[in-house]
Amino acid sequence: MGAYTPHTPHEISQMLERIGVGSLEELLAVSPEIAPKAPLEVVPALPEYQIERRMQALAARNHAAEFASFLGAGAYRHYAPPAIAALAMRGEFLTAYTPYQAEVSQGYLQAIYEWQSYICLLTGMEIANASVYDGATALAEGSIMAINATGRTRLLVSRAVDPCYRAVLHTYCGGLDIEIDEIPVGADGRTDLASVHAAIEAKTYAAVVVQSPNFFGVIDEIDPQLRTAIETSGSVPIAVISEAISLGALRAPAQWGAQIVVGEAQSFGVALAYGGPYVGFIASTAEHMRRIPGRLVGRSLDNRGQEAFTLTLQAREQHIRREKASSNICTNQAHCALIVTIYLALMGASGLRDVAGLNLERSRELATAVAGVPGVSLRFDAPFFNEIVVRVGNAAEVLAELQKRGVLGGVDLGRFYPEYADSILMTATELTTTGDIAKLTAALREVVHVAALR
Amino acid sequence: MSIPSDLLYSKEHEWAKIEGDIATIGITDFAQGSLGDITFVELPKVGTKVEQFANVGVIESVKTVSDLYTPLGGEVVEINSAIDADPAALNSDPYGAGWLIKIKLADPTQTKHLLDAAAYTGIAHD
Amino acid sequence: MSQPSANRPAPALIFETGSPGRATEYVERSRPHADFLPQELLRSDLPLPDNSELDVVRHFTQLSQRTFGIDLGFYPLGSCTMKYNPRVNDAMANLPGFRDLHPYTPDDLAQGSLAVMYELERSLSSIFGMAAFSLNPSAGAHAELAALLVAKKYFKDRGESKRTKVIVPDTAHGTNPASAAMCGFTVISLPSDARGRVSVEEIEKALGEDTAVCMMTNPNTLGLFEDHIAEIAAAVHRVGGLMYYDGANANAIMGNVRPGDMGFDLMHLNTHKTFTIPHGGGGAGHGPLGVAAHLVEYLPTPVVRAIPDGKTGMRRAPSDGMRFELDFNRPKSIGPMRSFWSNFAHAVRALSYLYANGAEGLKSVSQLAVLNANYLRVGVSEFLATPYPEICRHEFVASAQQLKKETGVRALDIAKALLDRGFMAPTVYFPLIVPECLMMEPTETESKETLDHFIEALREIVETAKRDPQSVMAAPVNTVVGRVDETRAARQPDLRWRQSG
Repeated sequence: MGAYTPHTPHEISQMLERIGVGSLEELLAVSPEIAPKAPLEVVPALPEYQIERRMQALAARNHAAEFASFLGAGAYRHYAPPAIAALAMRGEFLTAYTPYQAEVSQGYLQAIYEWQSYICLLTGMEIANASVYDGATALAEGSIMAINATGRTRLLVSRAVDPCYRAVLHTYCGGLDIEIDEIPVGADGRTDLASVHAAIEAKTYAAVVVQSPNFFGVIDEIDPQLRTAIETSGSVPIAVISEAISLGALRAPAQWGAQIVVGEAQSFGVALAYGGPYVGFIASTAEHMRRIPGRLVGRSLDNRGQEAFTLTLQAREQHIRREKASSNICTNQAHCALIVTIYLALMGASGLRDVAGLNLERSRELATAVAGVPGVSLRFDAPFFNEIVVRVGNAAEVLAELQKRGVLGGVDLGRFYPEYADSILMTATELTTTGDIAKLTAALREVVHVAALR
Repeated sequence: MSIPSDLLYSKEHEWAKIEGDIATIGITDFAQGSLGDITFVELPKVGTKVEQFANVGVIESVKTVSDLYTPLGGEVVEINSAIDADPAALNSDPYGAGWLIKIKLADPTQTKHLLDAAAYTGIAHD
Repeated sequence: MSQPSANRPAPALIFETGSPGRATEYVERSRPHADFLPQELLRSDLPLPDNSELDVVRHFTQLSQRTFGIDLGFYPLGSCTMKYNPRVNDAMANLPGFRDLHPYTPDDLAQGSLAVMYELERSLSSIFGMAAFSLNPSAGAHAELAALLVAKKYFKDRGESKRTKVIVPDTAHGTNPASAAMCGFTVISLPSDARGRVSVEEIEKALGEDTAVCMMTNPNTLGLFEDHIAEIAAAVHRVGGLMYYDGANANAIMGNVRPGDMGFDLMHLNTHKTFTIPHGGGGAGHGPLGVAAHLVEYLPTPVVRAIPDGKTGMRRAPSDGMRFELDFNRPKSIGPMRSFWSNFAHAVRALSYLYANGAEGLKSVSQLAVLNANYLRVGVSEFLATPYPEICRHEFVASAQQLKKETGVRALDIAKALLDRGFMAPTVYFPLIVPECLMMEPTETESKETLDHFIEALREIVETAKRDPQSVMAAPVNTVVGRVDETRAARQPDLRWRQSG
């Protein structure tokens, strides 16, 4: 019998009789031409207690928990208070559908209204949508907004933007014949702003895209002069954020002129879970409200005169606009957005400030410790948030050796940037301990020494 | 339902009021009733050249989206900027405050392709 | 709807409560940020409220009590497959070994997660008759976009970029044409015939050398099996086009018929429909993308590859004794659709569900889903028009058109009256071709009693509509809020909290 089906054989006969059909096979008859020719090959059926055993055995084949980890690069290990799961996993939240029937969805609608508000408060923007799949697709959708706003078909994107995000942008633009020009990274790890000036003078762009902190952890804003030049050129400045905790310390992108802010909110309480589900956000100035994709929750009144929430401006979306919609997005990441909203509610301004401050503290501790290892140096000089780029020689080799010594030292930058194949991207968060850092530096000392001897 | 006799109509439920070589254009009472509460209107920019019956804009209501087709061709010389702040005018006063665009006609004889009030009455139903 | 807080007012917005410094401390006090960074880079204010953990718990608990989920009551939304979300799946997704794994963990330390993805991918390929699946896309619409990008690239490689048309039935979900437009394709809408299906004649009329893809779902959104599907697929293939299967209705076909055998080249699944991933208020979903052999090279990167050990060809699903890696070396791939690899936690949930069923269980799931839908249809047809009075699959449509003519009561009013009686309303006004449409999908996890109660409630509403239409049009009255002024919401958008004063 199918899992969780409550039918008894007697009930099945009763129901078949009511329908006027002799058997289930008759009910689902299909022509022999398309009927399956062989049995299905799937995993075997197991009673529930054996499912747990099986899945635990699979989980036990993962061995990362034993390691001191300095992995980041777009997915961040942060503390998530257990109160989040206790609330988010309540059955009403977990098993509700999209809140199309507002009268019985006020709870979820209010939570998403609060999410939208939090994103606006953190980014300094006017409007935020109810979430998109992740930071990478948020960038793709945000870029499409700028393309629709300006009618231009070219984007200018910094090389310091997360390489996964840029790759996804390429995938999306492949469908739409959009060109993407790249801005180089300077020796200090920041976007080469002089190149941006030159580029926008030579060509017209729908948007100029920078990430801050960028993929290297470096704080990478647009200066006031460039801001003016971009605005004059009619391009839309887009800010990308992949480490959301940085919003607890750094000034909002609105402050340096961003008109669209896109990014990833996974850092706010969403589990690492080998890559997903995460939760992307798109926020913008009021001018772009009608171009913003995805769902929007608005506050209104009900027929009893009470305040009430509802999905609104739905005429932008695919179920009404169909092929004229600005995006095809339907299902979003509502439950992850709820998790984020609860995280921010629990942390409050003071908690978020402290977490951000601890990230700053620990990453400086990390930087000082690794810079003290002979043969190792910090590649970039510029102010950073919680990630550093460490020159070690042969990054891939060093990481493999570190792994043998119980340390996941970070991400091999050569994987994405051939010019940085000698460097590792290392991340420290509030969860990084002095013991972790000591273990890393001890291992580095051995490993770099070993590498130098070859 | 109101169908003023001094206007011309299109099959897509737009009306046109001709004064010299300028036509004022909007949607009919029947159209606004079918659409429901109108929430937003997208209009072409002043200066745009439009062909007769071309799709020149979009009318959004809470649950639907509808294309706006111009019943006559020419150059858009004025658009109703008050509509942005008050789309409800299309529902309450579709022939007056709810006007949408004014066009300088390219070819006044195009009116022969439109319907008069009597002919429009025949098609203004579900 | 019986809930303890039915009469309690809404909790205030989280921003309107709290007091600076009140938040519970989860980490120690940090040093001032200015110790680490120049002042001009730092934010001068962080305008978020500080609330104690207790107040936050009360806030969200109250919000949950103002939210209707499957856990509370019957949720017959057509094409949404609101079946029970088993708790064991969540427990498995929450195993620390899965939950805490960073996506950049080296492959040799991530063999458990890679095995999960492999087992799921192999199982889905068999269930649906595809050569391979990508677990990359985050939702059905996301997968549709990926599929159309695959088709676009496939045709470009063959020198057939003249193929610019995507054919979509008029009963299709809105994401189909929207996805096509995002790829630069033009959409041709096909009218359904009097039987509610796509006819071979209509398809033939629309086909040509410029046909890229024909997107269909089977059973369609009316719940009817497209019985000419093999002929349709053959016709599309004859002109060199590709067939795409929208898997929203996959709950109707498992163990019964496979899209691959019907002639489909591409398909997506909504595991948040068919495979019990919780809807969570509208997401996160998961949209695996399946393809036939000639399209495998175009799948999004990365794919999970079994490391060849000389012993394995196409393997049965269990992964024991095998090793895996993430394969990024796919020169013909359309590229990644998202950051990292997959909504992995949902892959765990789906696999856990597959283990609960096995092949025979899945077959039974679809059979009983179809049984429940037909039982519901027969019951409802006694008092509401069912435009297609024949055996349906997992869902069917009823129409309140006649009721509207007689009493003024519309599908929307019926929906709201159901809310008053503790049920979620079915989908209304979709598909667009049926006036005053109510689309109902009970799913297989509902008991006969639940269906009987629902039929009685619906019957009572229809009878009330004839006797006292005003009372139905005033619904809902038992819910925490009444009908919301959507016009006001759209004309005067209030989309966020603002500090007043």
